[in-house]
Amino acid sequence: MSVKTPDRTAYINARLIDPESGLDAPGGLLTEGEEILDVGAGLFADGAPEGVTVIDCTGAALAPGVVDLRTQLREPGEEHKETIASAGRAAVAGGITSLVALPNTDPIVDDVAGVEFVARRAREEKLAKVYTYASITRGLEGQEITEIGLLSEYGARGFTDGLQPLANANVMRRALSYSSAFDTVILQMPQEPSLSGGVMNSGEIAMRLGLSGISPLAEVIMLERDLRLVEMTGGRYHASLISTAASVEVIRRARQRGLTVTCDTAPHYFTLNESEVGDYRTFARTMPPLRSEEDRQAIAEAVADGTIDAICSDHSPHDQDSKRLPFALAEPGIVGLETLLPLSLALVHKGLLSLSSLVARLATSPAAILKGQSGLAKGRPADFVVFDPDRPRMITPERFRSKSKNSPFEDYAVQGQVLFTVVDGRCVYASEDRT
Amino acid sequence: MCSDRPLDDSKTGYAHRHLLGIEGLQREEIATLLDLADDYARQDPRAHRPNTLLSGHTVINLFFENSTRTRTSFELAAKRLGAQVINMSVAWSSIKKGETLIDTAMTLTAMRPDVLVVRHPDSGAVKLLSEKVDCAVINGGDGSHEHPTQALLDALTIRQRKGTLQGLTVAICGDILHSRVARSNIHLLNIMGAQVRVIAPPTLMPSKIERLGVTAFHDMNQGLQDVDIVMMLRLQTERMQGSYVPSVREYFRFYGLDREKLSNAKPDALIMHPGPMNRGVEIDTEVADDIDRSVIRQQVEMGVAVRMACLDILTRGQAWEG
Repeated sequence: MSVKTPDRTAYINARLIDPESGLDAPGGLLTEGEEILDVGAGLFADGAPEGVTVIDCTGAALAPGVVDLRTQLREPGEEHKETIASAGRAAVAGGITSLVALPNTDPIVDDVAGVEFVARRAREEKLAKVYTYASITRGLEGQEITEIGLLSEYGARGFTDGLQPLANANVMRRALSYSSAFDTVILQMPQEPSLSGGVMNSGEIAMRLGLSGISPLAEVIMLERDLRLVEMTGGRYHASLISTAASVEVIRRARQRGLTVTCDTAPHYFTLNESEVGDYRTFARTMPPLRSEEDRQAIAEAVADGTIDAICSDHSPHDQDSKRLPFALAEPGIVGLETLLPLSLALVHKGLLSLSSLVARLATSPAAILKGQSGLAKGRPADFVVFDPDRPRMITPERFRSKSKNSPFEDYAVQGQVLFTVVDGRCVYASEDRT
Repeated sequence: MCSDRPLDDSKTGYAHRHLLGIEGLQREEIATLLDLADDYARQDPRAHRPNTLLSGHTVINLFFENSTRTRTSFELAAKRLGAQVINMSVAWSSIKKGETLIDTAMTLTAMRPDVLVVRHPDSGAVKLLSEKVDCAVINGGDGSHEHPTQALLDALTIRQRKGTLQGLTVAICGDILHSRVARSNIHLLNIMGAQVRVIAPPTLMPSKIERLGVTAFHDMNQGLQDVDIVMMLRLQTERMQGSYVPSVREYFRFYGLDREKLSNAKPDALIMHPGPMNRGVEIDTEVADDIDRSVIRQQVEMGVAVRMACLDILTRGQAWEG
């Protein structure tokens, strides 16, 4: 009886980028089945071996697949906005090989069954690897902590109350303290609720439009409070969606004090500012809100210098009926899976950071935050993306694979095109436009 | 039957399809509206001459927020021009139940009105609706954004009493933060060459308000020093619940218009209020009813004339640019 040899594929003539090993050189990569069999600078420089599928990556970069720390899946409960299948298709088209979903579905992921449901649906779809956080508190009510130990055992990759910041300091303290026994991460979008009842950044534009403002203080006050609790408990804390210069400063100072804290932002916070709201454009309504130009620049610099560890998509799909409303009534959020990589590449094209550093923000660091592995090394799962970092194109929301098209980036010019996305050795996405 | 159109029909001097706000209008456009409103104000409504100017036109008053004054004023203006008027008061609760603003707009468009007058509790909602209908839209007040016809009627009242807006000093006092009346007035008065001051407690003063070209005061006595016009704003009683102000008593003590505070203004200063007044909250009865100084009743009268002018201009059917 013969044993079937797993399929082998050689990716040749690529610019290999792996921040973990410091690799940034021309080379090749060989997959066998689900794993990386060989990888290295100069590999296959004299041609690919016999009997393998060969993919020529001339002019393209090959890097660990993007790991997205913040996606809203909408399944279960709001499948008209997004499903695990449609989000999976959108993710792989964006070069994302792993993503973690917020627990704000209906029902909320606050028990083992919810975690298992997401895992099962992801297995059925076999696109990007889909994981989920569980909520810190039952029903996202901010009062009683969930079964952090059990949920971690069943695969919850961390704990967050998602769009609802955990306001009660004592509950946050206990969540940080208790979770430290299970070496899991508590994620919080730091916004003091009593100061964030508005709908856009406070300032001149909000004043002119007659819209209630959210002060940048709402973010930094909650962040300072949380960091005091981290210091007290020794819990692992991650600040989601940092959007202000003041928050960046607080993170820097906390690290100088020796505090272990990580944070992320989303591309819209270093790409757009509050003026995007213009004349009540609901596609530019986000939470936290798009901030001032000074804040935008500070966020871009913080991504560049590593103060901000990770860039996430903050994928928030909404149907037309959720956005075609008066500004204050429209749901906040934009879709981000398919624009995460090209919008982030703008930082490289502007000379703010190297391509390798950007890959660290998109793949290596987010994986480390989740206690996972991401890298081009022998024996590792073959999860990577092949992309042309320079190819110019326009963002076209109508062509998104996501069910929802709520993006302020329509007809926005970017440089960067995903050519192939590989998950567990399988090519799950190949661009129709590879020439 | 006669068709009384006070201005030459061939050019309107107003280059927009809608009236959504004062911000962005040109000085000449405002002057055109005020001149036409002035002519309408001089017509005696009790002469009972049937006006057929808008005969066959339909005006729908679509109010998502309670209003008696503004709705009645628009209704009267439309009827005096011979239009058919439909009043629709949409309970906000039914909107919350599912029918979106866009659905409402589509439904109304199918009825083919000529003008929609819309009031809505959310800033920007009237503009959103205007993008979805194929008739002229007048903003009857949207959230904390604008209330253009109120600013126009205030301007007309001032102009009739003072002869001009140019060079006057106007103090707008009260809840500036939430006031669409204040925003529209600030824009209009600035465009027309008046000096604008705003007076409010810090909790009711929007940040960056000075970017609109106004001077901000927290002390009413200072703010009223030598002003020509004192424009009071209504204080919503629910502001007491949000820690904006501690009590009615305290608000009246520091920001209510009374004789003592009024003595800082010029001797011939006019007192205005968009109504309805909270006597003893933002204004003392004695001051509100001062027949020499208070033009509050005249504001109501000018409201009809201004709205007639707006309906007239917006139904002239020239090629629109805006």
